[in-house]
Amino acid sequence: MSRTTAAVEAPLPDDWEELVTTALLGTDRRALADVAPGPRAATALLDAAAVATVRRRAGLLPARAAERPRPAPADPRPPLPSAAARRLTMLLADRPGSSGGGRRGSAPDLMELLPQWLAAANAHGYAPPPAVLPALLDAARGRTDLRPAALRFAGPRALWLARLNPDWRFALRSTPGGGTSGPGLPGTDGIRRLWEEGLFAERVALLAALRSRKPDAARDLLESTWATERAEDRLMFLDSLRTGLGPDDEPFLEQALGDRSRNVRATAAELLSALPGSALAHRMAVRAGACVAVDHTQDVPTITVEAPHECDAGMERDGVAAKAPAGRGERSWWLGQLVEAAPLGTWSRRLGGRTPREIVALPVADDWQGELHAAWCRAAVRQRDAAWSRALLGNPSAPEAGGPGAVSLAERAKLLGTLSAAERAQWVAGFIETHGLSEAFQLLGVCAVPWAAPVGRAVVDALNIARDAGSYPWSFSGVMGLAERCLDPSEAGRLDALLAVPDEPENASPGAGGYWSEAFQRLVTTLRLRAAMLAELTPPAP
Amino acid sequence: MPGSSFDGMTQQGVRWTADQVLALAPDPASRKAGSELGVAGPWSETGRSGEGTAWGLCTGGGGTPYRTVVDLADASGPAYTCSCPSRKFPCKHALGLMLLRAGGDEALPRAEEPDWAGRWIAARRARAEDGQAGGASGAPGAPPGPADPEAARRRAERRAERITAGAAELEQRLADLLRGGLASAEQSGYGLWEETAARMVDAQAQGLAARVRELGALPDTGPGRPVRLLEECALLHLLARGWLHRDELPEGLAATVRSRIGLSAAADGPPVRDRWLVLAQYDTADSRLTTRRVWLYGTGSGRTALLLSYGAAGRSPELALPVGLALDAEVSAYPGAGQVRVALGERFAPPGPTAARPPGTTTGRAVARYGEALRDDPWLDSVPVTLDRVIPVPDGDGWQLADADEDAALPLTRAARSRPGLWRLVALSGGAPVRVFGECGHQGFTPLAAWPEGPGETVTLC
Repeated sequence: MSRTTAAVEAPLPDDWEELVTTALLGTDRRALADVAPGPRAATALLDAAAVATVRRRAGLLPARAAERPRPAPADPRPPLPSAAARRLTMLLADRPGSSGGGRRGSAPDLMELLPQWLAAANAHGYAPPPAVLPALLDAARGRTDLRPAALRFAGPRALWLARLNPDWRFALRSTPGGGTSGPGLPGTDGIRRLWEEGLFAERVALLAALRSRKPDAARDLLESTWATERAEDRLMFLDSLRTGLGPDDEPFLEQALGDRSRNVRATAAELLSALPGSALAHRMAVRAGACVAVDHTQDVPTITVEAPHECDAGMERDGVAAKAPAGRGERSWWLGQLVEAAPLGTWSRRLGGRTPREIVALPVADDWQGELHAAWCRAAVRQRDAAWSRALLGNPSAPEAGGPGAVSLAERAKLLGTLSAAERAQWVAGFIETHGLSEAFQLLGVCAVPWAAPVGRAVVDALNIARDAGSYPWSFSGVMGLAERCLDPSEAGRLDALLAVPDEPENASPGAGGYWSEAFQRLVTTLRLRAAMLAELTPPAP
Repeated sequence: MPGSSFDGMTQQGVRWTADQVLALAPDPASRKAGSELGVAGPWSETGRSGEGTAWGLCTGGGGTPYRTVVDLADASGPAYTCSCPSRKFPCKHALGLMLLRAGGDEALPRAEEPDWAGRWIAARRARAEDGQAGGASGAPGAPPGPADPEAARRRAERRAERITAGAAELEQRLADLLRGGLASAEQSGYGLWEETAARMVDAQAQGLAARVRELGALPDTGPGRPVRLLEECALLHLLARGWLHRDELPEGLAATVRSRIGLSAAADGPPVRDRWLVLAQYDTADSRLTTRRVWLYGTGSGRTALLLSYGAAGRSPELALPVGLALDAEVSAYPGAGQVRVALGERFAPPGPTAARPPGTTTGRAVARYGEALRDDPWLDSVPVTLDRVIPVPDGDGWQLADADEDAALPLTRAARSRPGLWRLVALSGGAPVRVFGECGHQGFTPLAAWPEGPGETVTLC
């Protein structure tokens, strides 16, 4: 009797082995027991082998069971509604490259909707159907940006699964000790052990997770081993204090200003300068204030700047980098750093009780405006100061807002980040109405999803204008792609009028109308799909 | 099943669920493409009749929109037509339109059918009525029987003679092979088997040709190769001998030999009506042919049956059934002892959900069942079996399905190990017992569908 073990051949009966050996060598060379050699020997061998084969197969027995894996931990979350489960399977089946690339047709790009789907499913707190986990892990493996949301949604069974398949080992690395958003941190002893024995990535994740819940405990944990950490590790750990930064962190950060590593010192200084009440912020305010004044002797009050003449040891200790990058004057380099680190709230007193808007409106003497405003921008972002951001952003429909002004698009995007979602949307909408879409991509990226009504309307109007101007839609493919993912699905109805192929205006690019209709088609289809997607995830009202 | 009601029947005719529609897709690409067209966006001039038909114009990549019509009212299965050039059946437009219909009555307005849709619907209905009338009365005009029974008999005889000559030649070739030894024959490589297979094709013995070709395609390496070679040679020999001595065999075994050798016979078993749960559907393809296997489980009779459907190379076979749903239909068995293959006869209602699952057994009983089946068909590679309370367990490079309550396990076949379905099965189990349907044979177990212990839908593994 043989067993059906494929890997381990159980001992076979002697006569079967005999048959195999004879078959390999040939009956002319090796006689078969009980059969006279000759032409009939081969047939006799085949007869015997046929009987033996069927007998062997008929007598199969199960193999011994190998060691069973430990069962996966239970997932307490409610199961996904079945329509949503089917949708997920569909989204996951849409692998990049499966549609052959090239020009985008009118079909939605399903994979691009996966991040939104995962966010919504996580917000509802659903558990995935187990059978979908392999596809989910494969998707997360291919796209690192998906990993946090995908692994959070995948839950404990995915980690259990990842231990069995080397392809999914990334999942174990990405979520040590429950991960940043997992349901629970290990207990106090577990935290201590993981912090002292864990791999670097595990420790970073642990610190980040703890910091987001108990800022003081995280800082204490870091302080307990601070002196023994390597310089590049200290830098990473220090960086995680950005989350939940508060006045209580000042003593520790003040001490880090004396660190052996220059990068650690600079990061500590940067963090301290984001605390307007810190001693460092006060020192910087005094230094910066000494450089900037209002000159009332002119016809109009004008800001004059007297940049520092040296970078002394005190400045260096407070994080000012003494050596300017190539091509920059060192005095303006120092000035920029001082103004950036000084609390914005101190300028009003220093500059005659003016509001941020009034201060930004003042002329600046001797070409210092660019340097000074750029430093204020950085300060507004770092200190998350909405009033200053508003002042520096200015009026979105001002003609100079579209051109290369003092404030770059990247800086403006960052400034917008300090405003409320509604105010951001209003500003970006105003910008698009005046300046069109060509510069809007970066700004749209900071708007909350789904886009607020004014932004959505501005984008659709601008696309409509671009179409009527006769250009090709792929000049706007970035914005189109964003619109598919970010436009509020309820806007789909307003787009219906744009689906028809328009008559081509005289100066239009050939065939553009058809391509536009196709692009709008995809936009509308995607919006409808998103609406359906979100509806499926919403539990039915009780 | 008279008296029972099916989900999806409404007064306005039949409405399918999105699940049922998607299960009709011939392949995953069509399923995806179809689901993308299941929204109003690309459609215009859509409508539906009260009798279960729907139509619409679908804009593709510019140019003339495609005209799509579907008819869901026919119990023998949905029908579709579309002016697109796709060779898929149903095409993505038909799938999209049916999905749109599945979305609810609001998605498609009730309307008068346009001419182009009406012509197709009318022609279809007329054909269906003709067929019924013809069948009922045996009226003149029904297709005539074979023109000349005597000529057909002579043709069959000539073919049998050619097969006999082929089988004798194969016997000679096998004997020569074993006189010289498999080891030296191996050095001549794949060509040996290809040539022999070609001779069997000439002899019109497709079954022998296919087995010979598989012999040539055995994995090149591994300690098991000499054993597999000898086993397959011996079974070929057995089949050739079986043909040459078919008159001396019991009728059931003789029918099995005829069908194994490649003589097709009609499915002439008595029709069995049941609610058939579709367990699995998967395709295998070689350079000539795509073969689709559909496993059915009779929820009333407890029978497991196999449907086969073929498509030319690169085309998907026409038959598509929704895995996990049950259809009320008749099937008829093909001749041969222990034969599981059936032909699908009349379908009485569209497929619908069912809570029924095939009952399971242990790994020990599963291999015993395979052993018993060899009595009727010694060439059988595997039998359909449902295992209950088994756990997928990693075992070295491979996997096995271990009984939850006994120290016994079946290894998974090599083919099953490399399929994505394996990981779906492992994920579904999570180390806990599951129920698994699959094919159990001398190579091990190939899982095709699984269910969790508690309530849950069929998870397809192929």
